[in-house]
Formats: sequence, C-alpha cells, structure tokens
Amino acid sequence: MLLTLVILLPAVSALALLTIPSSQPETIRRAGFAAALIVFMLSLGLLWQFESNAAGYQFESDLPWIGIPDIHFHLGIDGISLWLILLTTFLMPIALLASWGITERVKAFFCLFLLLETGMMGVFASLDLFLFYVFWEVSLVPMYFIIGVWGHGRRVYAAIKFFLFTMAGSTLMLVAIVWLYRAAHTFSVPALLAHRELFSGPEQGWLFLAFFVAFAIKVPMFPLHTWLPDAHTEAPTAGSVMLAAVMLKMGTYGMVRFCLPLFPEAAGRHAPWIIALALIGIVYGALVAMVQPNIKKLVAYSSVSHLGFVVLGVFAFNQIAMDGAVYQMLNHGISTGGLFLLVGMLYDRRHRFEIAEYGGLSTPMPIYTSFFLFVTLSSIGLPLLNGFVGEFLVLVGASQARFVYSIIAGTATILSAVYMLWMYQRVFLGENTNPANANLPDLSLREKTVAIPVMAMALIMGVASGWFFKPMEASTARVVKQTGVPAHVKNAAPATYEGGTR
Amino acid sequence: MIPVSWYLILSAVLFVLGVAGFLIKRNVITVFMSIELMLNAVNLSFVAFGYMLGDYNAHIFVFFVMVVAAAEAAVGLAIIMLMYHNRKSLNVDDIELLKF
Amino acid sequence: METTTPQLWILPALPLLGAAINGFFGKRQSRAFIGGVACSTVGLAFLYAVYLFFTAGVGDTPRIDYIAPWISAGSFHADFSLYLDPLSMLMTLVVTGVGFLIHVYATEYMAHEDGFYRFFCYLNLFMFFMLTLVLAGNYLLLFVGWEGVGLCSYLLIGFYYLKQSAIIAGKKAFVVNRIGDFGFTLAMLLIIGTAGSLDYGTVFKAFQNAPVENGVGAVTIICLLLMMGACGKSAQVPLYVWLPDAMEGPTPVSALIHAATMVTAGVYMVARSSHLFVKSPVAMEVVAVIGCITCIFAATIGLVQTDIKRVLAYSTVSQLGYMFLGCGVGAFSAGVFHLMTHAFFKALLFLGAGSVITAMHHEQEMGAMGGLRKKIPTTFMTMLLACLAISGIPPFAGFFSKDEILWSAWHNGHPWLWLGGSITAGMTAFYMFRLLFLTFFGEPRSDHAQHAHESPSTMTVPLICLAVLSVIGGWIGVPKALGGSAHFEHFLEPSLARVPVEFSAYARASGSDPIDIPRPNPEPAEPEEPGAERLFSLIAVVIGASGIGLAYYAYVVKPETGQKLSAQFHGAYRVLLNKYYVDELYEVLFLKSTTAVSREVLWHAVDETVIDGAANGVGSTARAMGGFARLMQSGFIRSYAAWVLFGAVGALFYMILQWAK
Repeated sequence: MLLTLVILLPAVSALALLTIPSSQPETIRRAGFAAALIVFMLSLGLLWQFESNAAGYQFESDLPWIGIPDIHFHLGIDGISLWLILLTTFLMPIALLASWGITERVKAFFCLFLLLETGMMGVFASLDLFLFYVFWEVSLVPMYFIIGVWGHGRRVYAAIKFFLFTMAGSTLMLVAIVWLYRAAHTFSVPALLAHRELFSGPEQGWLFLAFFVAFAIKVPMFPLHTWLPDAHTEAPTAGSVMLAAVMLKMGTYGMVRFCLPLFPEAAGRHAPWIIALALIGIVYGALVAMVQPNIKKLVAYSSVSHLGFVVLGVFAFNQIAMDGAVYQMLNHGISTGGLFLLVGMLYDRRHRFEIAEYGGLSTPMPIYTSFFLFVTLSSIGLPLLNGFVGEFLVLVGASQARFVYSIIAGTATILSAVYMLWMYQRVFLGENTNPANANLPDLSLREKTVAIPVMAMALIMGVASGWFFKPMEASTARVVKQTGVPAHVKNAAPATYEGGTR
Repeated sequence: MIPVSWYLILSAVLFVLGVAGFLIKRNVITVFMSIELMLNAVNLSFVAFGYMLGDYNAHIFVFFVMVVAAAEAAVGLAIIMLMYHNRKSLNVDDIELLKF
Repeated sequence: METTTPQLWILPALPLLGAAINGFFGKRQSRAFIGGVACSTVGLAFLYAVYLFFTAGVGDTPRIDYIAPWISAGSFHADFSLYLDPLSMLMTLVVTGVGFLIHVYATEYMAHEDGFYRFFCYLNLFMFFMLTLVLAGNYLLLFVGWEGVGLCSYLLIGFYYLKQSAIIAGKKAFVVNRIGDFGFTLAMLLIIGTAGSLDYGTVFKAFQNAPVENGVGAVTIICLLLMMGACGKSAQVPLYVWLPDAMEGPTPVSALIHAATMVTAGVYMVARSSHLFVKSPVAMEVVAVIGCITCIFAATIGLVQTDIKRVLAYSTVSQLGYMFLGCGVGAFSAGVFHLMTHAFFKALLFLGAGSVITAMHHEQEMGAMGGLRKKIPTTFMTMLLACLAISGIPPFAGFFSKDEILWSAWHNGHPWLWLGGSITAGMTAFYMFRLLFLTFFGEPRSDHAQHAHESPSTMTVPLICLAVLSVIGGWIGVPKALGGSAHFEHFLEPSLARVPVEFSAYARASGSDPIDIPRPNPEPAEPEEPGAERLFSLIAVVIGASGIGLAYYAYVVKPETGQKLSAQFHGAYRVLLNKYYVDELYEVLFLKSTTAVSREVLWHAVDETVIDGAANGVGSTARAMGGFARLMQSGFIRSYAAWVLFGAVGALFYMILQWAK
C-alpha cells in the first residue's frame, strides 16, 4: 500500500493543486513543493521497511485492472527500483524549489511536474508490462509540455524532437509487448520470467531488439542520442534536471529489468556490438562535450559519455559491473542533476548558456564557484565522491569481461577532466571579462538549500557506498543470475596465482 | 401485393436524387434537404426489407434514424442560421475553412 | 610485540579537521587563528607520528588499522584501512615533519595575500590526502590519496585564480596527472584480476608466489601501468611537462607539493609495489631507463633556465629521475633514501628561493639578482648547505643517497645507467651553483637586489631546521663500505622486496648489459667490494666538485663565460631554453588535433550532419508525403461528397466483382 501511495500521491496532489486559483502563484509553489517533500518522506518509509537481503519484489500490490486482455495494476519493487524511486523523490522537491523563478502558468508547471513524478516512479515499479508501457508514455507527455512551454529559444523544435525520438522507440516496444502477450497470455513480468521458454525461439532476437531500441533511445546511446543535447539545452532547469537525472535512467533500468532477464540468449548474442556502441558513446560523448560552446550542451554530451558506462556495465554480465552500473545511474542523477541545477542558477541571472559570455565568475560569486567545483569533481569521478565508485566498479567488471573494454572506457576519465575543468576554467577563473557579470549576486538562501543536499548526497555516496549497495546486492545478483553468462565472455578471466584468492 | 423490388427501386431513385442534389446544389438548405432525402431513402429500404423478412428490428432502427435525423436537423439548421449570420450567404462554396 | 593497534586514523584526521575548520569558518577569522589551526594540526600529526615511531613497534609485521568498509560489490571489496610499516612510517614522518615546517614558513610568506584561509584550507587538505596516500592499506585507498593530492595541487597551483598562466598550469597538472592515473587504474584492474583484491597483504602474498617473468607477461604489464601512473605523479618523461609550469603556484606550495612530498608519491608507490616489480626484469629495466633519461633530460634543461624557481623545478624532475633509477636497478631503499634527503634539501631550496623572491619583491629572474649574499645572509647560508647537499658533497645528506643509487646501478649491472647518473650529478652541481652564484654573488643587478632585506624569523627558522636536516639527514644511511651501518636500509627491509637471484641471471642471459663486469649475487647484506664502493664514491665526489668548480669559473671568475658559451652554441642553447619544444609538440599532437577532430568531424559532421540529418530526413520525407496527400483537402464540401461517392461506387464495384466470382 505504501508503494501505491508513494506513486499515486503526486498525481493526486496535482489534481488538488488545480483547485488553487491561478492568482496565487506563491501558494501553488508552496503546495507543490510540500507535496513533493511529503512524497520524499513517504519514500523514505519504503527504504526503512525494505528487506535488504531479499531478492524478490517487495511492497507488491496486484489489482486486476482490465479484464480482457488480462491487465493488472501490479506494482512492486526490488533493490534496483527502490533506489531509482528514491532518486526521483529526492530530486523532485529540489527541482521544484529550483523553479521558484517560473512565473508563467505556475499552476500548470507544478501540476505537470507532479504528474511526471508519478509517471517516472510508475515506470520503476510496474510489474505488468502493459502498465509499464502506460507509465512510460505518461511520463513522456508532461516532459513534452515542460520543454515545449517553459523552455528556451528553440523549445518547440526540441520538444517535438524529444517526443518523436522516444515515441519511435516505444512503438516498437509496444509491438513487442503485444507479441509477448500473444505468446504467453500474460503481461505480468514475474509470470513471463517464469515462462521464458514460451518466447525463446527465433523471435527472441527480434523481441530483444524491439525493447532494446526503445531503451537505447531513452538512454540515449550513440547514435540515437541527438535529441538529448537539444532537449537539455532548451528545457527549463527543473526539466533538464529530471530529464537527465531520472528519465534517462528509465532506459537503462529497462535494460536491466527486461532486456537481460527476459531475453538472456539474445542479450548475450547482441552484447558485443552493444558494448561497442557503448564504448563509442563513452569516448564520443566526451570528445564532443570538449568542444561545446554552450554549458548545457556540454553537460548533455557528458551524459552520453556517463551513460555509456552504465550500458557497458549492464552488458558485461557480471555482478561487479552490474552493481557499478546501477550505482552509476544514481551517481549520474546526482552529479548531472546538480550540474544542471547550478547552471540553471546562472541562467536565472544572465539568461545565457554560452561559455564565452562568462569568465572570472569566481570574483562576484565565490560560493557559487566553490559549489560548482564540488559538483564538477563529483562528475569527473574524484575518489571519495560518488562518481568514482560507480565508474571504478564498471571498469572492474568490464575488465573481467574483456580487458580492452576497460582500456577504452578508461580514457573517459582523462577526457572528462579535460572538458569539465576547461569549462570551469573558462567560466569561473581569471579576470572578469564581461562587465555584465561584474555585479552578479551570489547564491541566495533558497539556492543554497537547493544545492547543498545534492552535494551532501554526492559525498555520502562516495564515502558510504555500503549503505547503498546493501539493499541492492541481492537484486543485482538475481538479475545477473537470471541472465547467465554468455559464452563469449566466459573464458576471459585472467590467470590467477596460487594464494591469490581471498 | 407489391413486390419488394418496387420499394427498393423507389428507395434507390430517392437516394440518387439525394446524392445528385447534394453534389449539384449550392444552397446549403437544399444540400441539407438532400441529406434528409438520402436518409429517408435508406429508411424506406429498411422498412421494406423488414417487412419482407418479418423482422421488426428494422422498424426500430428506422425510428432511431428518424430521431437522430430530427436531432441533426435541429443542430444543422442552427449551424446554417449562424453561418448565414456570419457570412450573409448560404452558398456552400463560400465555406472552405477546412482547406489545407 | 604490542597488542594495541595504533590509532592511525588520527594522522590524516588531524589535517582534515584543520581543513574543515579553515574552510567553513576561516573566512571571518583572524590570520593568526587560521595559521594557528593549520600549523597546529599538522604539528600534532607530526608529534603523533614521532610517538608512533617510538611506541608502535614498527617492524616486520605491518600494523593495520581497519576503519570502515567502503566499497563492497560482488566479489570486490575495498575498505578504509590504514597500514603502518617502516616504509609508510618513514613517509609519514617526512610528510608531516617537512609539511609542518613549510606550514610555519607559509604563515609568514602568505601573510599579505588575499584568500589566506583558502590557502591553508587547501594546504591542510593536501596533508590529509598525502597521509591517506602513504598510510593506505590497499591500492584503492592509495588512489584516493593519489587523486586527492592531485586535486589539491590543482587548487594550489591555481591559487592566484586571476592569473591566466596559473590557472592554465593548474589544469595542465591535473590533466597530465589524469593520464598517469589512467594507467594506474588499469593496473589496479589487472591486479584485481590476478590477485582478486587490492589489499596490500593479499596482493603481495599473491605476487610473492609468482615466478619471475621472462619477457612481457601479466606482471610486467601491471608494473608498466603502475609506472605510467608514477610517471604522471612524479613528473617523469614523457609526462613531466606539468611540473615546471606548476611553479606558478605560491612558493610554499612548490616546496611542499612539487618538491618534497606529492611528486615523490610515484617513487613511494613503486617502492610499495616492489614485490610486483621484482618479478618483472623488463619492468625494472623500463623504470630504470625512464629514470635515467628523465634525470639527464631535465638536468640539461635546468642548465640554461633563468627563472630561479624553474631551475629548481627541473632539478626536482631530475632528482626524481634518480629515485626511479635507484628503484629500477633494484635498490628500492636507496631510492626511498634519496626521496627523504631530497625532501629536506629541495624543500629548503624552494623555501630559500621563496625568501629570495620575497626579498626581491616578487622578482624571480636571476638576471635581476646578484650580490644578495650580504643582504640576506641566513638565506644564503642555508641555501649554500642545500646546494652542497644536492651536489653530492660529503658529508651532506645528498651525498649518501645519491652515491648509493649510483653504486647500485653499477653494482647491479647497469654501467650505462651509472654513467648517465654520474653525468647528471655533474650537471646538477653545475646548475645549482650557477643558481647560487647568480643569485648571491657578484654585484646587485637591480634596485630590488640593492635593497633586499632578510625575511623574518618565522621564515628563517624553518630554513635553519631544514638546513640541519640537509646536513645530518644522510647519516642514518651511511653504507658499511664507508664505515657506517646502513641503518636506513635495515629499517626499511621488511617493507621492500629483494631482487631475486634469477633476476640477474635473466639479465645476463638476455644480454641487456653490454659490458661484462662481475655481477655478484645482490642478496648478501655484507658488501663484498668495499674498495670498489669507496672508489665510486670518490668518483662521484670528484664529479660533483668539478661541476661546482666549473660553475665558479663561469659565473664568478669570468662572469661573461655564460654569454660566450650560449652565443657559441646558439642552436643548442635555444633548444634547451625552449625545453626541447616538448610543450609545443604536445600541443600540436594532442591538444589541437583532438579538439579539431572533435569539433569538425565528430560534432559538426557526424552529430549534426549525419545523425541529425538522417533523423530530419525521415521527418521531411513523411512531411512531403503528407503534403501530397493533403491536396485532396480542398475545403469544398461537395468535393468531399464526390470523394465519398467515388469511394462508395468503388466499394460496390469491388463487391460485385467478388460476388461475380
């Protein structure tokens, strides 16, 4: 019940928000923020009651929804979903607090965000494929409007591009879902997992691809990533945050939850070129990020690179890499979400994203500068901050699949330092070059309240990763076990000297 | 006993008249009346078949059609009134807002 | 043996506390408070380290202080655990001791700078990471310190954040270090693959059982990758380019980070991994050769530099090369010994240079100095001692450590490396005394030099302390051949691996050594050829003394010799002055080409043209088709009706046809 409450409460409060007259924007903001905060508190209850060592689904609730075909309102979470839901609920109040500057159509803005929250959490908790699809699409619509209505310059282009790319993928997924129903006469994920033989024939490859393409677009993987820079650049701050931090994870989550366990053989067969694409994405995203003249685009391309790590970890088919991949999803949410939040604060002051517009900001805005440096360091994977743990584990896991994967992926650690620090240097260091920036105010109390929880989380996740792995281990282990190890990575373990095992 | 084919021929003639009127006439009122004519032509064949087959469902359908047609006439005439009010014309060719 | 585990966590925690206090509250505090916090935390750490040295019974078995779990995923575990053995004990003492002196010095040196609290916050943070690095109980925690000191180095080089050259130098340092760290990361991955863990105990045990590797195998690759990391951190060829630029930072930073402690982390790491390196002759050879190349290469550049700090920077690179040379020829303890003595005299040289620079009102060009001997006598005296130490004149500290490295190079069968090291020793003596003579002798060459004043005692006392250490620091490691008892080597023995017997057999068989000299088994502790060792010491002293003599001739007796020489060998002089054009080469090879390819090919061509073009192409095709179809939509009701009619007729016709069949 608690899970259902957490997931539906935002949508219900969105409806409640509609009753507040539009003439009181401050009340709407506060009510929306309060609702998101309550949802976060409730979701902490999920963490509190979660059984860490159990691999199965918890907080399950299964209600018949539509009789024919047999569709259920079936929710339940395991350790992976748990953290992604917490990531969503954690960032939502922060994103809303960062949107205090929105003055047009405040009510619609806050309602859409709450609706978005329900959609995204529903994706992470659905155990019925049809329901999953519904939530998947439900989350798409608010984001479309958020970008299209409250975005910047080319917002309509970006919104439509975002919508069409995602739609193209999800259509394929819908076909695959229907096909699965035809084969197994159920949409229930646990039931499908128990009867994988019903669709393990030659069609498995096609089903895998249909799901995979839908998810790969969402991640986004090279070469399906071009919607992301546009969507990120044009979206309002909170939209970018939720898009980067949570929506992209819907894609990688889908891979972990569906692509691998439902279609293990196909996943194993297709893994080599998927990993190749992930590696290309890692290096490519970093290289392109390096030459971006626009801060938001730079961060967007860095997302392509970071999520390449996640996909690499998922398709390395071992426990360490899978743990690292899931952790990297959370890390990326925190680090990139934090970066977008901070960039948004700069936008609120100057309405520009071009790096060339800035320079020497550390003089007028010292606190902002130090915050930005902190989040930058977390993004480039400095040890003791969050990014390092996930990246390193993915590298360890990938090296056990094939060492060359780690060599290629490892170059991103160099490149990320180059592009992030170069940007940091051009924006913040040196003499102030633009008179328009000379008197920018430093962070307000509200803005500090926005940034500090994110930074604190980055530090906690870097130092005390054990807290995060503990509820997750059993679930990742189960996914790895369900998937099995495909033949082509089995023989890659290097020689071990005697006495070398623990 | 009049064979059913006569009814059907009459119905077809009425229907074709309706179609022809719809296509040829430009006055909205006339076009509207042509539509009513087509509806009633279909009603006639319904009744005729119903009588032939001894199935009274057909009669019920006819009543439905008549009720809908009456409602449609009310709405349609209201639209026509407004159209005349706005455009001072009853020529269908003057109304082309649906164009690409 | 004692039963209590030493509370090692206190060591890094103290400076971290100082950093936190200064970072969060320092802005509104007085400078005395900030300096007091910073110095006292480091000072306390030093005292605690001394206490541990005497009480913790640092001996054969390492003391492990397990603090907390860190990462645990699948079969991989890494914890926060600290590791105390002779090697880390020594490093801790050096780091905290020299660090404390430099902190004290810096309170005066930085007294009039803005961002005083920021400076000491970073400096304390650096101490925290450095102590984490040396005390870490596994490679991953070592890496934490490793990256952390890199970060602090970045922050401190760019401390004058309004100065373009400083911030660019900071970024360069960080990025070049990251290249090395890339190698280090890969090495860790391979170690995990081989030993299943990153804990020192497990790893060393696993590798002790491994056979010595003939040719290039897993161990060699691991060692080479570790060496890549060390090259980045310790500024070895080809990744040395960041260190000279790092001199943009405040001078105490140069002394602490870029001379005494951080840059020696690579040497520490290689020594720490000695159990791995001794299994791979090839890797050892590479380490030694890189060290030798670096020390010659940097020394030649150092000969002609005119900025006082740059001379010292290249000298640091060169001396680090010595340390690697020592490790590479199997004399790990000699490498670490030189690390320690170098920390003393190089920190002293930098601090002395800082004192000179203060006296000269922030002028760093030696061309503007001269005659400072009488103006700032304490600085002069201490720097003279440091120069004698680095030049390898007995009985100063540098003599013993350098001599031991050179002797080991010869003794373990690397006469060419010995030759390289000896030539470098001569050059070192020359350029150090060139620096000394240009700065302190002759006539003042500018107004500032004319009116220079000695620094206050907060700066000179650390100088004197370091000068004492530079003199006596080498006495703990006097080799037996020279009548000492090699305390130092014995102290470190439990931490370092010995080069196995098969090793030199391999070296002989592979013919890596062109000169056939007797190569006895390096195992025994008793020197078998005290006579030979004494002879080589004498050679080293002669070389050092002749370097000094040459400098004296060229810069004191006939001061115009320098110009004449540079005019005569104009081409070579320009190449050296421009540091072999390596920076320019790297810029074209790596920076410009990468950005150009990324911008033009990857971004504009692939992303915007090909991929977006394909996506937009699908869109515009659909639009074109729709545009054709919409012609039907004429807006005339009667035309729609006609379409319906045609459609109905068509459908009827089709049905009739079907029926007719």
